[in-house]
Amino acid sequence: MIETDILIIGAGPTGLFAVFEAGLLKLKCHLIDALPQIGGQLAELYPKKPIYDIPGYPEVLAGDLVTNLMEQIKQFQPGFTLGETAETIEKLEDGTFIVTTNEGTKHHAKAIAIAGGLGTFEPRKPILKDLEFYEKEDRGVDYFIKDPEKYRGKNVVISGGGDSALDWSVFLTDVAASVTLVHRRNEFRGALDSVEKVQELKSLGKIKLITPGEVVGFKGSERIESVDIEVNGARMNVVTDYFIPLFGLTPKLGAIANWGLEIEKNAIKVNNALDYQTNIDGIYAIGDVNIYPGKLKLILCGFHEATLMCQSVYNRINPGKKYVLKYTTVSGIDGFDGTRKEAEKAVVKSID
Amino acid sequence: MAQDITITITDREGVTHEVQAPTDMNMSIMELVRAYELAPEGTIGICGGMAMCASCQCYVLNEVPLPEKGPDEEAMLWEAFNVKENSRLGCQIHITEAIDGLAIELAPEA
Repeated sequence: MIETDILIIGAGPTGLFAVFEAGLLKLKCHLIDALPQIGGQLAELYPKKPIYDIPGYPEVLAGDLVTNLMEQIKQFQPGFTLGETAETIEKLEDGTFIVTTNEGTKHHAKAIAIAGGLGTFEPRKPILKDLEFYEKEDRGVDYFIKDPEKYRGKNVVISGGGDSALDWSVFLTDVAASVTLVHRRNEFRGALDSVEKVQELKSLGKIKLITPGEVVGFKGSERIESVDIEVNGARMNVVTDYFIPLFGLTPKLGAIANWGLEIEKNAIKVNNALDYQTNIDGIYAIGDVNIYPGKLKLILCGFHEATLMCQSVYNRINPGKKYVLKYTTVSGIDGFDGTRKEAEKAVVKSID
Repeated sequence: MAQDITITITDREGVTHEVQAPTDMNMSIMELVRAYELAPEGTIGICGGMAMCASCQCYVLNEVPLPEKGPDEEAMLWEAFNVKENSRLGCQIHITEAIDGLAIELAPEA
């Protein structure tokens, strides 16, 4: 069981900055994110795009902002559960919570802060008959490659034209018995060297490339045995053990939509007049995932909301204890790792 | 003072809206749809208008001349679902006086 003061669901910029504000209040944070890396949309969708509306940064690349946020919070030693989604929540009699992920990882927290942005990024699924059947219980359809060893000695069909499809096709040539890459177009939307690598492996006969083509159906009773592929109006059948569609991700609110939270316009209603708490005592929602009158979905608004949320959690955990707002310029920062950051003391000279 | 133009947008429920769009704010069709709340929050402009998600895909219904597709838009439409000959990404169509009278239909949510 992972123990923490604040369990933050979502490791995007708002969730990461909440760790800093919590740290100033001596509150420990642990973050859960469905993606295998931190940074949320910034890392997943546009790491190389500049952002212009972060105070103090005339221009900052989204990926660099994530790097800087991590640097800013490292002394508060946050914990991470990455690549898993928060699935169920249980409120204990003492007002604390147990959150369990889809992988069964349990977290015990005194407060929950949902900083889930647009929601959990889920794979964009092709529109195919019987897809739901084959995606369950290892029947042959996978949307993520968690352990490449699973495909050792197997026949694999990958579909898609972006970096993921290209990179995994290349990687699996050393693992799988055969790799077939199917894409609707002859052109690929990926890094040039990845495209060239696929071209090279195709020339060597290590990747079977089918373009322009589209997987249109499955064959197999218990699990996938082959896929039907439409190529220039004609159909062909390719024997395979796995079909891996890699068409990018799309955000969904996911399991937290079933937690009894008040939802409006696909976002979680909060009390913005006070502390961004939801209708469930002890559960907060900050950043793009929340909604209130006048809400603006901006990173800087998420930072503000994270700050107020942490103050509220402090009061919740330390009832009756007076907290005096401190300024880091004056008080410095005491890390959980024993480090201390503070401004150099000015030399004071007496005047005769 | 720049003139507003008229854009006709058929939402995902099949309801057609005639809306006024400003030409002096460098807005896109995706942002216009959001401004008039013609699609539920979180279902359009997910990537923030960078031709990286196709959530703002629309079908162009009339002959109003539009700027050519850029490589990013072209590539995203190769990846997207429900793509037709007249598909465009709303985030890549900027609102200028040249597109006055444009009629579009929002593609289904994918």
